[in-house]
Amino acid sequence: MTREGVSREGVSRDGPAAPSAVELRQLIPGVLGVLVRRGADFATAEDAVQEALVSAFQTWPGNPPRDPKGWLVTTAWRKFLDLARADTARRGREESLLTEPPRGPTEDVDDTLELYLRCAHPALSPSSAVALTLRAVGGLTTRQIAAAYLVPEATMAQRISRAKRTVADVRFDTRGDLRTVLTTLYLVFNEGYSGDVDLAVEAIRLTRQLASTTDDVEVAGLLALMLLHHARRDARTGPGGRLVPLAEQDRTCWHTDEIAQGVELLQSALARNELGAYQAQAAIAALHADARSVRETDWVQIVEWYDELLALTDSPVVRLNRAVAVGEADGAQAGLAALAQVEPSIPRYTAAAAHLHERAGDLSGAARLYAEAARAAPNLAERDHLTRQAARVNQARGCT
Amino acid sequence: MAKYLLLKHYRRNSGPENVVDIPPMETWAPDEFDAHIKYMDDFADRLRETGEFAGGEALSAEGTFVRYDGPGRPPVTDGPFAETKDLIAGWMVIDVDSYDRAIELAGELSAAPGKGGEPIHEWLEVRPFLTEAPTVTE
Repeated sequence: MTREGVSREGVSRDGPAAPSAVELRQLIPGVLGVLVRRGADFATAEDAVQEALVSAFQTWPGNPPRDPKGWLVTTAWRKFLDLARADTARRGREESLLTEPPRGPTEDVDDTLELYLRCAHPALSPSSAVALTLRAVGGLTTRQIAAAYLVPEATMAQRISRAKRTVADVRFDTRGDLRTVLTTLYLVFNEGYSGDVDLAVEAIRLTRQLASTTDDVEVAGLLALMLLHHARRDARTGPGGRLVPLAEQDRTCWHTDEIAQGVELLQSALARNELGAYQAQAAIAALHADARSVRETDWVQIVEWYDELLALTDSPVVRLNRAVAVGEADGAQAGLAALAQVEPSIPRYTAAAAHLHERAGDLSGAARLYAEAARAAPNLAERDHLTRQAARVNQARGCT
Repeated sequence: MAKYLLLKHYRRNSGPENVVDIPPMETWAPDEFDAHIKYMDDFADRLRETGEFAGGEALSAEGTFVRYDGPGRPPVTDGPFAETKDLIAGWMVIDVDSYDRAIELAGELSAAPGKGGEPIHEWLEVRPFLTEAPTVTE
């Protein structure tokens, strides 16, 4: 069953139309919340909701329910009872829960935020937090997540069930743990697209949903950052999936609606005067979005934002990106001088060095560095891009 | 059906004797490089259509050798080595009807264009997968 299958085949002759796959998945955190509030343990409840979700994919196209959330709660609760009964039978003891589910006014409580915090708890490894968040909060099936991360489904199922055991009884520190939630969503966003789920779109959806449950200013910062980057998606790759660097992108292909949304979110976040790393990165992305070409970019202000970001994080990656921006703002020599302050072992150092050497007119050095950077590239698109850059510079200096 | 691993080494000598090496890609023209990548993508796409593609990934050029060094001790590592003769640039798994078909496809992949648009004539290594034991053995 594809995602589209639910929405496309979802209209029955006289009943209501089935919700789209995304609408369906939006219901998942709430359904899981109801089960947990009724006393179900998190791990079993999550399995039950997943089974209900799979049932929905199978039955809704032909027979859509009038109350989708109610249907999911009823189905998931039934699945939970089956699972818990099987478990109880195995262990040979009784659970009062099975006979009388507590009901009451708690059914409308929104504990989506708590669900995010649990699924991206600091006790989890990043890959486990990503997988659990996509399944329990995002409502993706194990198969979809496995396909997106190119691992066997059984491996992903195992990763998720181990993760659930880890967070079964964890305690939350809302403020501290929100940082790992944001890191997790950022990781999902960066993973991009493979399989039938666009993880960037999914990350934006989940971050938007999170933003509606908390007024943490960095959540807004992250959402703005994602939107501003996502706005460039069509310009970022050329024929055959080849990488098109920012400087060469066709800026008329950028999605202006997303840029506008990102900028608006960012401005109201910045107005609150609680600067954080995501807001600073979004500010840099917004300055790029604002420029009609690489030449017209306000590089001086971008360098200032990198200084802010450095004050917040002191990360070598930020130093590296700052050196490239300095190269644009103050010339290649200044950029090389800034680069000299950066630890050479960090990823993409050599690629940045190649770019600055080329701008400084050192073509043979640039060609050698591009080739070296290609050998160390972390992904195929970047490797091909850097090899092509090396080839281009070699051609320019008459060496091919 | 039988699975075969095609290993890409980017080299033109199959045995001990050294034949002319393939010039490094950064010395090709950018268009020649693009044509090479496209040839391989198209090749994989065709195998997807015929149902013979079973997997494939590119590998980073540099790796590390690692071995156990006794209880309570961290593993010993060595490399990466600059020696490129044993470089494995990538692999593809094909699931085909016969050994002959595997050889035919490997020959086709080896014809990918390189510098000057000429086929690179690289040696591809074709290794059959060992299969599960069959149900009927007598």
